[in-house]
Amino acid sequence: MSLALEPSVGPATTKQVTRERIAGNVQRYGAAIVLGLLLVVGSFAFPTFPTVSNFTNIATQSSFLLIVAVGMTFVILTGGIDLSVGSVYALGGILAAYGSTWGIAGAVLLPLLVCGTVGILQGLLIAYGGMAPFIVTLAGLLGIRGLVFALTNEGANTPLIKDASVTALGQGGLLGLRWPVVIAVVVVVIGSVLLARGRGSQTVLAVGGSESAAVLMGLPVARVKFSVYVVSGLCAGLAGALNAAYSSSGVPTVGVGLELSAIAAVVIGGTLLTGGRGNLIGTTAGVLLLTVIQNLINQVGSLTSSVQAVVSGIFLAVVVIIQTVLSRTQRL
Amino acid sequence: MTDQLSTAAPAPVLEARGVGKTFTGVAALQGVDFTLRAGESLALMGENGAGKSTLIKVLTGVYQPDEGQIFLHGEPASFAKPVDAQHAGISTIYQEVNLVPLMTVAQNIFLGREPRNRFGLIDFRKMQEDARALLATYDIHVDVRRPLRSLALGMQQMVALARAVSIDARVVIMDEPTSSLEAREVETLFRVIGMLRSQGIAIVYVSHRMDEIFAICETVTVLRDGKVVHNGRLTDLSRVELVALMLGRSVEKVKRGGVTAFGEVKEGEGEPVLTARDLSRKHQISGIGLDIRPGEVVGLGGLLGSGRSETLKAMAGVMQLDEGSLTVDGKRVRSGSVAAAIKAGVVMLPEDRKAEGIVPNLSIRDNIVLAALPRLSRAGFTSRAKQDAIVDVFMKRLRIKAASPNQVVSELSGGNQQKVMIARWLAMNPKVLLLDEPTRGIDVGAKAEVQALINELADEGLAIVLVSSELEEVVEGSARVVVLRDGSVERELRGSEVTEQHLMAALVGENHAPADESPAEIKERL
Ligand SMILES: Nc1ncnc2c1ncn2[C@@H]1O[C@H](COP(=O)(O)OP(=O)(O)OP(=O)(O)O)[C@@H](O)[C@H]1O
Ligand SMILES: [Mg+2]
Repeated sequence: MSLALEPSVGPATTKQVTRERIAGNVQRYGAAIVLGLLLVVGSFAFPTFPTVSNFTNIATQSSFLLIVAVGMTFVILTGGIDLSVGSVYALGGILAAYGSTWGIAGAVLLPLLVCGTVGILQGLLIAYGGMAPFIVTLAGLLGIRGLVFALTNEGANTPLIKDASVTALGQGGLLGLRWPVVIAVVVVVIGSVLLARGRGSQTVLAVGGSESAAVLMGLPVARVKFSVYVVSGLCAGLAGALNAAYSSSGVPTVGVGLELSAIAAVVIGGTLLTGGRGNLIGTTAGVLLLTVIQNLINQVGSLTSSVQAVVSGIFLAVVVIIQTVLSRTQRL
Repeated sequence: MTDQLSTAAPAPVLEARGVGKTFTGVAALQGVDFTLRAGESLALMGENGAGKSTLIKVLTGVYQPDEGQIFLHGEPASFAKPVDAQHAGISTIYQEVNLVPLMTVAQNIFLGREPRNRFGLIDFRKMQEDARALLATYDIHVDVRRPLRSLALGMQQMVALARAVSIDARVVIMDEPTSSLEAREVETLFRVIGMLRSQGIAIVYVSHRMDEIFAICETVTVLRDGKVVHNGRLTDLSRVELVALMLGRSVEKVKRGGVTAFGEVKEGEGEPVLTARDLSRKHQISGIGLDIRPGEVVGLGGLLGSGRSETLKAMAGVMQLDEGSLTVDGKRVRSGSVAAAIKAGVVMLPEDRKAEGIVPNLSIRDNIVLAALPRLSRAGFTSRAKQDAIVDVFMKRLRIKAASPNQVVSELSGGNQQKVMIARWLAMNPKVLLLDEPTRGIDVGAKAEVQALINELADEGLAIVLVSSELEEVVEGSARVVVLRDGSVERELRGSEVTEQHLMAALVGENHAPADESPAEIKERL
């Protein structure tokens, strides 16, 4: 009987499986491979590129976006989207500055509390209210930015952080790495373990892969959809707070367009925009890639930031094309 | 009629009393009484849209009944969600999606109840071992680390079944599990069902294939227009009687219908409208040549993996070719382009209609006229009246059961969705029609309609290629049969050779059917 069923897989089974596996791996680790190549090429091209201080810089710059992108990865894996993260990031920064009057605890807990609540509200509307993530979080993007401006006298105030322990959270570090980098790494590691082997991880993937099947299988679909928006809100708030600590102030205008960078990093990292497949190592590589491209363009010196935007855009387009081709290879 | 069962019958496991369910304007179920006893295997029968899937969904917590009550082991029960029914020991394979294609076989089997290690993390190694062991008990051997979508449809269905059964089920409900299976996969499925029955698990089985029903079920409940019209033992009914019950017609009237509804078939004359030469694609088909003339139905015979569907896909431009040419009316058609094929007048009804073709959120009328739009429009404008006329004709002809042409397709019953697909391709007024399993999943009444329609279309001069896993459909519907084997043409049966016996012999690669061997014996060897 087992024999009888074999032919339906096709005569080229082993070859096909190998091809599938290669395609799958390229999709998973493609960003990391390109990142490696860029690092090598960059090091040969620009003597000022492969220095410790430059790499530390890249790491610090990446860390804020990376924390946001981790939350975004979870959201996108369920087939959703969170457009509010840029605004929530700014809110987190402002609240960290205000909260810093109570020291480090206030600077971290206040943003987490409020931004987590934003995530809870969005999650409730999406998971239990059945509303479209795009619309709900677009409202979040606009509304939260408005709130940020309301809290800062139309953006005229930039609350400063005077508490030394809070600025140390942004500027200080461990083994030559700044705290934001260390925290980002911890977030990625915890996220990776949860995603690979945690309780709800399979449901996250199933919801993104086929929501109707997940419902019929009796999986806790609503709960998981709700959770990812809470996680995303917390991540964006944390990143915003760390950024404020790093720059010693809560700037009302930070994080404009951050949601797009986060989405780009996630997709470049091999997560399917439709959900159901992806991982945080890829997301990390995606974030680093965006930062390294920016850094290399800065090395050239004469080029403007608009060039950088064009390069990132082309990059994203290429990645999406490759992803489409790869997932088609895997289906055949 | 239920009385004859109640003598010393085991206690009911699952019951419904007076259940009603209404969707916007459509009464899908009305006062339905349903009883399933321990160890029973029950066939749930009825036309497309009779309410079978709805009853199953009400029984398993996908829908809540508007009225009536569900009983589990004699106690009133209500399942708020499908998972509640699963916890109560009721496992269901629904007619639509059941699994997640991107995830691996093992992940799919254990979704929602993954084995964990002592840190509470998922233990993938154990999961894979368990999945392998579970599938092995049903003699299925696949790499459980492969994504589900890389498996053949039939295999995916087996995985769904393995999952359903492994949840400690006392009741297993299957809604048309075989509608995407090949004959040999069906055999495997039956073996599994046999094992379940011997474990005393009660089974509810929905299918439009009479053979299957009579092979595995003891009792039958027949639904018509949302009401139960019959309850009883299957052995007390003949096929004709069962069909008559489903359709609500007299036995005499049904008898006149015959096995299939095909009329006289004849070979086409004149120049071929479609000529395929040397169609090849690595690992799938090699050097296939076909000539199809106007007005003829050519059957494509072959076993699983013989390249029947691939040949159709090649001709319809769905599949890229490595080599080969296709000409329609003497003009070369670019290969690998559906648009080019359609422009030349070649259209295909695909095999997997769940995944390919249906636009679930569009209305019936939009789905039907979708592909025909270019033909119906002038300077970018489409005539509403023309569309309505076409939609009306096909809805009547195929007996599509719906509230109105404006109902969205996702609300239709599974069989009626298929009829919408068939209507769409017919509405394009093609020259060559490629049909892959045209009657799969549709009820006996509609099957006859489709078969009669195929006949009529051929009479009107259409050239038709027919693929079906039901041998009698190929044999009775086609004037000649081209038999494929391992991706190439094995031989061609014409005239008096077009019999089930010859076809089966050709399928296994023998040139002449031994006269002393009955079709059943050959079937055995397949
Ligand atoms: N979600 C829904 N919304 C509106 N109408 C529906 C919905 N689901 C089913 N119906 C209607 O209820 C009726 C019964 O449908 P059901 O799916 O139970 O039929 P079925 O017996 O399973 O048919 P098939 O053999 O084609 O699968 C049909 O007329 C269908 O259009
Ligand atoms: Mg149904």
